[in-house]
Amino acid sequence: MIPLLKRIFRTGIVTEPLPEAGEAKAEIERLQDEILTILGRALTIREVDAGSCNGCELEIHALNNAYYNLEGRGIKFVASPRHADMLLVTGPVTRNMENALRIAYDCTPDPKLVVAVGDCGCTGGIFGESYASCGAVDNVVAVDVRVPGCPPTPLALMQGILAAVKRG
Amino acid sequence: MLFHAEPIEFTLQEGDGAPAWRGRAADGDDLQRFAVSVHRHGGRIAALWGEDVRPMGRGFTLHCVFALDEGHAWVTLDLPAENPAYPDLAGIFPAANRMQRATRDLVGIAFEGGDQRPWLRHGAWPEGWYPLRHDAPSPPEGIGFANLPSDYAFVQMGGEGAHEIPVGPIHAGIIEPGHFRFTVVGERVLRLEQRLGYQHKGVEKRFIGMDLAEGSRLAGRISGDATCAYAWAYAVAAEAACGVEPSGRALGLRALMLERERVANHLGDLGALGNDAAFAFGLTQFMRLKEDWLRLNARVFGHRFMMDRIVPGGVAVDIDGAALAEIGAQCSALEREVKALRSIYDEHPGLQDRFLTLGPISAELARELSLTGVAARATGLLLDGRAWRHGYEPPVPYAGLGVRPASDERGDVAARVAVRFDEVFESLRLIRAIAGNLPTGPLRLEVAPKPGVEGLGVIEGWRGEVVVGLRLDAQGRIARAHPHDPSWQAWPALEFAVLKDIVPDFPLINKSFNLSYSGADL
Repeated sequence: MIPLLKRIFRTGIVTEPLPEAGEAKAEIERLQDEILTILGRALTIREVDAGSCNGCELEIHALNNAYYNLEGRGIKFVASPRHADMLLVTGPVTRNMENALRIAYDCTPDPKLVVAVGDCGCTGGIFGESYASCGAVDNVVAVDVRVPGCPPTPLALMQGILAAVKRG
Repeated sequence: MLFHAEPIEFTLQEGDGAPAWRGRAADGDDLQRFAVSVHRHGGRIAALWGEDVRPMGRGFTLHCVFALDEGHAWVTLDLPAENPAYPDLAGIFPAANRMQRATRDLVGIAFEGGDQRPWLRHGAWPEGWYPLRHDAPSPPEGIGFANLPSDYAFVQMGGEGAHEIPVGPIHAGIIEPGHFRFTVVGERVLRLEQRLGYQHKGVEKRFIGMDLAEGSRLAGRISGDATCAYAWAYAVAAEAACGVEPSGRALGLRALMLERERVANHLGDLGALGNDAAFAFGLTQFMRLKEDWLRLNARVFGHRFMMDRIVPGGVAVDIDGAALAEIGAQCSALEREVKALRSIYDEHPGLQDRFLTLGPISAELARELSLTGVAARATGLLLDGRAWRHGYEPPVPYAGLGVRPASDERGDVAARVAVRFDEVFESLRLIRAIAGNLPTGPLRLEVAPKPGVEGLGVIEGWRGEVVVGLRLDAQGRIARAHPHDPSWQAWPALEFAVLKDIVPDFPLINKSFNLSYSGADL
């Protein structure tokens, strides 16, 4: 137990001292604050991988690391679309996932926000549209905001979430 | 040359990749006999795919790659244009079953016997329509095929108190989609059956007609977490086909990136494994280390996951002395941190209580399922394409680095955790060795596509062995590319690992494998 506690104290709170440029740090804090100011409460997000290569998921995971600390600021990923304010959808939407994505969308209570993540979620990307792929997320469900990138950085993801909240 | 005195004549592939031989089976019986012989000698099935070669005035071909002690044997079987079929190989290598079903769904090549249920074809295209046939009629203009909900004949288990728990395709976490059907009594798992294919986005069809550069980008997006492994395996295939040997500097940089990819993924997994055992401290600490690691990737290589940095002919990014020094310093710092965290993991009773004896597989099962990678090494199998073994010489630059494969004989979650820790330390050693002795040379050579050539690339990725088979057409564009993920062989192992454990332990067992959906669904 002692080594564990020592490690925690020695690590300290890394959310503050971002190793990158000061602007990025300020930007992250501004985004986190702005999201919560606008919402006035916690935002809940259901992530749906509708056919990605798993690259976008790596960066969505990173949102919860100590540097970006999204959950620490009240923005939470939830297990059910029924608990979600927002769907964060990566693509391309495979035809084998088309029905599942529609069901998840229908299960999300109104008013709901949808953010399409990654080049593939925005346009179909390198996979495009085919016998197996519906392409962009908005070919299947209505999209509020697109976050391009392959994969988009955690900062870009936060900006996309904020943009959707501002619109909604 | 011949292997095991079987009547298939092999020739060694040129180039500096892992050793690969090319041969043709005269008929299905020859192929089956060869497979039996490979199995008897302790070999594995490494990949299987089909191809429509009727435009070349032939019929269909079946491609099988077997892994032998010495390297990989790529065997092709010619099949007629009408009713192409071959004998079932899953009776010899059970892992072949899903590959055979996928090949049937995509190319329309039948296999005789065994489980015949559809695999990649759910309800999105009609039975009897095969996307990889060159004469497949286009889906109806504008509307496409109807996307019908499909029923899958899961194996049913009876008995008092037995019931099913369906999970997925959308899972509770931030994770790829797939369906798990548990049959349980109380909490205990009697059977797990997977149904995958939800990530099938038509990758192999997309490859057809691409030039080598486009193909490289696509190869790097088969499974995003293994982008370096795929890009390198693809590059080896393209270079072997076109007769190009990249410089020592390019190969060193590739290995540097591949090992950085391995470390990044292992850090993430070690954190997530702690988290799934209710030890959130582990996740927080390892994700912090992973983020530091990825940020240096972004600074040095221009991309957090180093996508599109490994290209046919070499690499697309150079590195200077200052960056090499920074990489070396980061390795030393990370090593200290991970050592401290490992002792915390090892000495935490609650964590060890969850890890030990959970989700076990035996070396025998691993061998039967042709398993590679972390999960195989965690049963005591010394399978690592980067390491020397009897009769096998690893590719440059690993041949000169003396890679020590990690090993643990327990076969459980604890073993898969231990192997990951060991591999992090070994990769840090390798990165420092490569960074400290990077040869000079051109970064990237021109790869002029040649008509009708073929190549095979095999790379030991962080998850296991990645195989890419490639053939160019008469114009030098991609006629067929097949990327093969180690998850094909590892998913069935997970079905065994979970038996007799309880449902709430499944997430932890699943995470200890951390398999790719996208890589195997294609």
